[in-house]
Amino acid sequence: MTEPALPLTLRPLEALGRHALDVVDALGRFGAFLVEALAALLTPPFKLWAFLSRIVFVGYRSLLIIILTGAFTGMVLGLQIFLTLSRFGSEAFLGPAVALSLIRELGPVLAALMITGRAGSALTAELGIMRISEQIDALTVMALNPMRYLVAPAVLAGVVTFPLMTAIFDVVGIFGGYVVGVELLGLSQGTYFGEMQTFVDMTDIMLGFWKSVSFGVIVTWVCTYKGFNVGHGAEGVARATTQAVVLSSVLILVWDYFFGSVWK
Amino acid sequence: MIKVEGLVKSFGRQQVLRGIDLEMPTGSITVIIGRSGGGKSVFLKHLIGLLRPDAGRVLVDGAQITDLRGRALDEIRRRYGVVFQGGALFDSMTCVDNVAFPLREKLRLPRAEVAKRVEAALAQVGLEGVGGKYPAEISGGMRKRVAIARALVIEPEIIFFDEPTTGLDPILVNTIHRLIQDLHQRFRFTAVMVSHEIPEIFEIADRVAMLHEGRIVEVGPPAAIQESETRVVRQFIRGEPDLAEVS
Repeated sequence: MTEPALPLTLRPLEALGRHALDVVDALGRFGAFLVEALAALLTPPFKLWAFLSRIVFVGYRSLLIIILTGAFTGMVLGLQIFLTLSRFGSEAFLGPAVALSLIRELGPVLAALMITGRAGSALTAELGIMRISEQIDALTVMALNPMRYLVAPAVLAGVVTFPLMTAIFDVVGIFGGYVVGVELLGLSQGTYFGEMQTFVDMTDIMLGFWKSVSFGVIVTWVCTYKGFNVGHGAEGVARATTQAVVLSSVLILVWDYFFGSVWK
Repeated sequence: MIKVEGLVKSFGRQQVLRGIDLEMPTGSITVIIGRSGGGKSVFLKHLIGLLRPDAGRVLVDGAQITDLRGRALDEIRRRYGVVFQGGALFDSMTCVDNVAFPLREKLRLPRAEVAKRVEAALAQVGLEGVGGKYPAEISGGMRKRVAIARALVIEPEIIFFDEPTTGLDPILVNTIHRLIQDLHQRFRFTAVMVSHEIPEIFEIADRVAMLHEGRIVEVGPPAAIQESETRVVRQFIRGEPDLAEVS
């Protein structure tokens, strides 16, 4: 049965209304997806093996890129902050400046972006292929909840690995700043680390920690959702993967701002 | 018995199923035939509870599954085995693990029992010795047979086959059909199969239903369908080209 066509003047309003309803519907499904994943996580049986393999997938295999980007981020920070501080004769604050930048902001954000690019995209592609090849349907008709096998372990792995990866990123970054500031530019080692101990406190570390935990949820949530709701064929998987990376990256930056505004 | 009453399903503005009524008796092989894009797979997905209809209902031994969700639906699905069009084998697992998966996860059987049943299931489909390989390392026909073994290993009461022979050569088509027939004679499960394979399916079907433009246009024993006077049924069985489409 077809609906009667609206007068021409009302059609833009109809299109707008339809679009708004689609957005609300999509947001509802997106939220319900996380609730379902958390419900699967909190009810037995817990899929330990799936969780451990996701830890390897999301965390261990991202280790190299985290160390590499962490080192160069710290080195760039060391160089640029040293050059800036030297204009004011305040080079002594290089250590805390590098550490605070990394621990509060750059560590969680850049580590999350790197993991999104490496593991998040692969997660979406993997689930997308499982969807179009009916592997997810196969789980469903076996009366086995795919959320329990595929999504919940990934979300939990995100919560566990993102803070660990961030911690590694921070430590390597601080060491990168040390190499440039102390070894190349001649700042004393005691000044670099001593001032860091004075200015960096537990609040800063906890801010970075909670940010990374929330990024872990955001990235795995978005990437598994996009993989689960993939379109048709290879093109659908490619589009879902791109959308997952873009949406995760945008949400990381937006959430970072609001989180940082609330938790100072 | 599986009974379908007035099943209607649309995707957007496209109505795919337009009121299907069909009965699939217990212990029989019912084959759904029809042209590509005619809604056969959509119909099958309603039977296994992967899609919900806009109207109508599906009854499995009197239980209406179209309103069931969660655990209640899973209870019905525990009686099911499904062979998907592409096999839907888990590509991160070996063939043995694929077949063992429902035994470990669904039935939670002890390891020795799992090994015994997997070995037996692979032997039933003539695939001893390939269990250690991954789905990507075996041929399409072997993948279908592993998928059949996975569906059978839990000894389901009802098995759904979604085009189990699509893309296979004629010898493999007959091999798979004979395998289904043999297994059916041995285990007496209820089978619902979607297939294009004319005339081979007439050898194995107890009942054949022709789905055309979202409706069942004819249903009956294979002999009756083969002698049908209905134009679309005759055209489909004889493979006569649709002149309107050609021009």
